Amino acid sequence: MAHGPSTQWGEDRASEYKSKLGVYLFIFYTLVYAGFIVINVVSPKSMGVIVVAGLNLACVYGFGLIILAITMGLIYNYMCSQQEYKMNK
Amino acid sequence: MIYEASPFAIGLFIAFVLAVLGISSYFAKKTQSSKGYYAAGGTIHWGVNGIAFAGDYLSAASFLGICGMIAFDGYDGFLYSIGYLAGWVVALFVVAEPLKRFGKYTFADALDYKFGSKGIQLTAAISTLIVSLCYLIPQMVGAGDLVTPLLGLPHYAGVVLVGAIVIFIVATAGMTSTTYVQFIKGGLLIIFSTILTICVLKNGFSLKPSENYHDFKTIQATAAEGTVTAIADPSYKIAGAFKDAKGHYVKLENGGVNTWWQVSEKDGQTMLKETLSITKAADGVVLYNGEPKTARKFFPVGNASKIIVDGKEVEKTGGLGPFEYLSTIEKSEVVRFGKAAFADGKDKVTVWRQNPTSGKEIMRPGLKFKVDKGSDFLSKLNFVSLMIALFFGTSALPHILIRYYTVPSPKDARKSTIVAIGSIGFFYILTLFMGLGAMLSGVLDLESSNMSAPLLAKYFGITLFSVISAIAFATVLGTVSGLIVAASGAVAHDLMSNFMGIQMTDKGQVKAGKISAIVVGCIAILLGILCKGMNVSFLVGLAFAVAASANLPAIIMLLFWKKTTSKGIAASIVVGIISALGIILLSPSTYADLYGLPAAQAPIPLDNPGIISIPLSFITLVVVSLFTQKEKA
Repeated sequence: MAHGPSTQWGEDRASEYKSKLGVYLFIFYTLVYAGFIVINVVSPKSMGVIVVAGLNLACVYGFGLIILAITMGLIYNYMCSQQEYKMNK
Repeated sequence: MIYEASPFAIGLFIAFVLAVLGISSYFAKKTQSSKGYYAAGGTIHWGVNGIAFAGDYLSAASFLGICGMIAFDGYDGFLYSIGYLAGWVVALFVVAEPLKRFGKYTFADALDYKFGSKGIQLTAAISTLIVSLCYLIPQMVGAGDLVTPLLGLPHYAGVVLVGAIVIFIVATAGMTSTTYVQFIKGGLLIIFSTILTICVLKNGFSLKPSENYHDFKTIQATAAEGTVTAIADPSYKIAGAFKDAKGHYVKLENGGVNTWWQVSEKDGQTMLKETLSITKAADGVVLYNGEPKTARKFFPVGNASKIIVDGKEVEKTGGLGPFEYLSTIEKSEVVRFGKAAFADGKDKVTVWRQNPTSGKEIMRPGLKFKVDKGSDFLSKLNFVSLMIALFFGTSALPHILIRYYTVPSPKDARKSTIVAIGSIGFFYILTLFMGLGAMLSGVLDLESSNMSAPLLAKYFGITLFSVISAIAFATVLGTVSGLIVAASGAVAHDLMSNFMGIQMTDKGQVKAGKISAIVVGCIAILLGILCKGMNVSFLVGLAFAVAASANLPAIIMLLFWKKTTSKGIAASIVVGIISALGIILLSPSTYADLYGLPAAQAPIPLDNPGIISIPLSFITLVVVSLFTQKEKA
């Protein structure tokens, strides 16, 4: 049985751009995520330091990772959509 | 703890089940082709698919497990929320669009799109089945656990009930009905978790969470040479004692009832603090705080022992904003309960002693995962390994990956992932408030952390409790449906049609998928009954570790390394499965929890395999691919 996609769509000339952008953003997020792990392992007490609004670094960094993922997702989608519009006209 | 079935909860559950069965019957007539059965015709709107992603992903482990872990161990439970969500970044930036471009119905399709390799078809199908089954078992066990307290049915009845409903959903309309069930469940879960969080914040917390909250007693005692010899309260008599390096407890008799008390020293004075205990006698009789379960002496717990607001000690906080709620806990002190088990003659005793813990410790990692106090190199390595598996596991879960085939285009796959990240991320933020709310509301059942979220809802009234309980059932239904679609695709599409080359018409493929779904569903029911009482977190961890080790290296290298060969992919999947399973089965946690052997006897000192098995799988793929370049040419 063929393995091709289950639906058909037109050629996407922006796919290379999107792929590269995705890799860069993935590397950036991975570094931020790795920072969270490194602080926990190397300097765990730092996680208890109050950073802002009475919240410690653990809360700020944890919420930050979740909000950063959402924000980067929106930026990625915007940039991809723009490029798709330009290149697939 | 004793739970009472709520007629409203039962009514809501029945209404939800009828709605689900109605949806499935409606879509059954429209699902005649294999494209319709496996990929919902590729016509699902990206917005619906995004929420369905949330419904698929936010399993019982996420809703019940994480909330329970936060309620018992504070911020450490939230680490799972962070890791589970971060994994979606890998899915969005690396996997979503390529997978939609290359795959058809299953995860194996995408891996095999340019090779047509029997090795990939077989290994990817086996990997899908192992991951799906590891994920299915805890969902089914969880279904049984939920049914027992909430509907008053035995464990096996819950498993059979959920299994039968899910088989109906999948066998009637495959991915289409599964999508809409997951969409409804995902939406409801997020809406009602938001309502529950608002209730938690509006309520704040207090030293005495409710009027009938049990007041734990402390009694003065006299000790000589480390042995308690007399009690200040004459109504109690010493009936026994246990002492080891970790704790000292005495058994006191009062009116024919035996209870266990923790011995501690304060200002040179010996004090006895009341504990909660379960005693299993040799003749099978089980006593809760010295009395039968029906006496309701095994109290729900969880309260603040000191509350600081604006630098002053107060009895209650009143309503708080989200940041204020967290910062107030940070400054306060909470009573957690530490567990100890020992033998008292022929009786097996488990005690839960009060353990006042500072808010500072609760609001940062360290209570469950040893990264600070009491940590060593291995405990830190375990922490790193867990965080790696959570990060890389999500985008390699077969039941998540197949959802990309249900939307019309790669662009829609991307957009639906962003909706998923937004909704799942929002939900995971709420888990911290729901978990901490349960920790401070005097509702915790020390026997089962999984019930923390529904019990928190009960604190705010029977209506919210009923709705949250019905959603908890729906949570299991949604996730199990997705898993059975993935597993039936692996059997019917990957193994029967592709690997074994059985020629089937389009209708025949649908029939094979439906029969596979029924068989997989029956196996899931059987395993759910057999695995009663098994640690569900262990199995979910197993699924993530195997997925991250077996599937992700293959996906990543196929997309980004041109020298990847089919043999390299197949070898990396096999090595990933064997190394991840092997490490887990020989780990200290498995020795202690599963085999009942001393953890120190485990040959591998690591609990989480990711840090070894993921790189090993990558290396295998590279080495085997380099050695098989000629075949590729």
